[in-house]
Amino acid sequence: MSEFLQHLINMLVLGGTYALLGIGLTLIFGIMNVVNFTHGVLYTFGAYIMFIVVQQLGLNFFLALPVAVLAGWLLGAAIELTLLRPLRGSDIDTTMLVMIGAWIAMQSGTLWIWGGVAKSVATPFPEAPLVLGPVSVSWLRLFVLAAAAMLILVTYLLINKTSLGRAMRATFQDHDTASLMGVNVDMIYTSTFAIGSSLAAAAGALLGPVYVIFPQMGDLAAVKAFAIVILGGLGNITGAVIGGFILALAEELGAGYVSSGYRDAMGFLIIIAVLIFRPTGLFARAERVG
Amino acid sequence: MKTIVTILAVTALASVPLWLRDPYLLNALITTGIFVIGAMSLNLLLGFTGQLSLGHIAFFGIGAYVSALTSLGFDIGLPGGFRLVHAPWPPIIGFVLAILIAGLCGYFVGLLSFRVRGAYFVIVTISFAEVVRLVALNWVELTQGPLALTNIPSIALLLPGFGELTLRTKFHNYYLVLVVALIAYLLIARLVHSHFGRSMRGLMENETLAVSVGIDVTRTLTIAAVISAAIAGAAGSLYAHYIRIIDPEVFAFINTVTMVIMVISGGKGSLAGPVVGGLIFGLLPVALRPVMAPEAQWIAYGGVLIAILFVLPRGIVPSLAQRLTRRRSGTTTLAPVGLTETGAKEPA
Repeated sequence: MSEFLQHLINMLVLGGTYALLGIGLTLIFGIMNVVNFTHGVLYTFGAYIMFIVVQQLGLNFFLALPVAVLAGWLLGAAIELTLLRPLRGSDIDTTMLVMIGAWIAMQSGTLWIWGGVAKSVATPFPEAPLVLGPVSVSWLRLFVLAAAAMLILVTYLLINKTSLGRAMRATFQDHDTASLMGVNVDMIYTSTFAIGSSLAAAAGALLGPVYVIFPQMGDLAAVKAFAIVILGGLGNITGAVIGGFILALAEELGAGYVSSGYRDAMGFLIIIAVLIFRPTGLFARAERVG
Repeated sequence: MKTIVTILAVTALASVPLWLRDPYLLNALITTGIFVIGAMSLNLLLGFTGQLSLGHIAFFGIGAYVSALTSLGFDIGLPGGFRLVHAPWPPIIGFVLAILIAGLCGYFVGLLSFRVRGAYFVIVTISFAEVVRLVALNWVELTQGPLALTNIPSIALLLPGFGELTLRTKFHNYYLVLVVALIAYLLIARLVHSHFGRSMRGLMENETLAVSVGIDVTRTLTIAAVISAAIAGAAGSLYAHYIRIIDPEVFAFINTVTMVIMVISGGKGSLAGPVVGGLIFGLLPVALRPVMAPEAQWIAYGGVLIAILFVLPRGIVPSLAQRLTRRRSGTTTLAPVGLTETGAKEPA
């Protein structure tokens, strides 16, 4: 029983960052209809920003997270403006292949600059974990969960309570009509990609110190993000949050009770099963963002 | 004209091992040739049915593992205390089994493509390849996992009157790959120009219209997927018996991307496209090696893919062919786009 409780605690911590990754991708995929292969690279990028700020510049750990969010936002906006805006109106295969090209180039760039050796980040949290009866959780992981929850809340408010969010929701429903109503659709696309990218960078900055940082770390993260989006339904933020926790639970239980080698297979199996049996996602409702 | 070009190209390719003595270059040509076969099979799906499979390396890898395990033998435990023991068989049987089993996997993925389309089909195929990779990595009893299957025997041919010929040298393997590539090319060409090929294109251009004139969507897509997967499996088998060591990294996503780049750059939906694109991108690393670090090569690789999609979205061969026709006829009319480009697909 205590082993199961421990799995649940781990699921909560992991699920928070998975939800962040999923929300970012579901916005981009849902609103722009772009299969974003750079999402994993943005995750890696966020983790390396953490490494630079904390280890190379020697600055405060808590400062690194906002820096990573901002850097992810800027890089995302740059990718959208240079690669996606000129291809507006191309079919989904073309933009997908361009994103694959960008992913290969950027990941190799990371490898070139920082090398393939895994990096770790020192954290200001105590080594001893917090013990709650039969389970224990490290202070760093608690911070990760809290920060992820805060970022999810901010994104939710941004989408549902601001005029930018309303314009994004309108564009998701029908970009032609939104455009006729005076929404600057190009600006919405750039903002969406930048916001989604900054969330991926935030997830990387949060999980980087928990594990280690290396150039290919984003590949699995990207696949997990796709699994979460498919699980939660396209453009569905609440679905992405629940999907993040379901994936985390499936991985924890899979690793704990089946075989740790198949932990990462869970995301793929979920994708295949959901697309075969329930292709609109588990929480399908009328097509809308929110 | 076209026949002369084809005959000249084949003769030129066939003469290479007679004058090229550099083993490094010959090795690059053989592996490129194997990947060109894979790219041709991918083109059958991507270029002629419009289905982008980004898990294509799964069929290649399955072919490689099936062929390697058939010729090496294995001994695995089954649930309930049974054991499944297989004694080594000649590699040529492995080659045939690789084609059959990869084709069978293609059948299931083809059935899937009827349920999910567009971006979702892409994600399902990637997931399929990754699951297969994780199984190859974790089923250590069968595959040796990351330790790799080693000492895979070379393919041996039984020639009447000459005895057995083991194809071990690069010289032999070059001709083996060339012959298989030619057969695959002719098979795909025959298929594309048949009634079935017209059904595939009809489906790609306008599915509703194709269905209304009586084309069976499931059957057409499934057959295309089976043939495509079987050819990829043959390429994988050649790879296993040439390299003679196989580990789960054969399933790496980047290998699929390499095939996609070959098809897109050469021109999807064009028979010669994957061959031209494959030769360029297979030999590009050889040309870049003296001047660039490996990481920089990959940056260039990604950059070139983006550049091709921006500048030559239809690929090299169709663009050249269009320019030639235009010069000959003296007009500036464009060839119909629908033959080579897929329309925007809505997610299922």
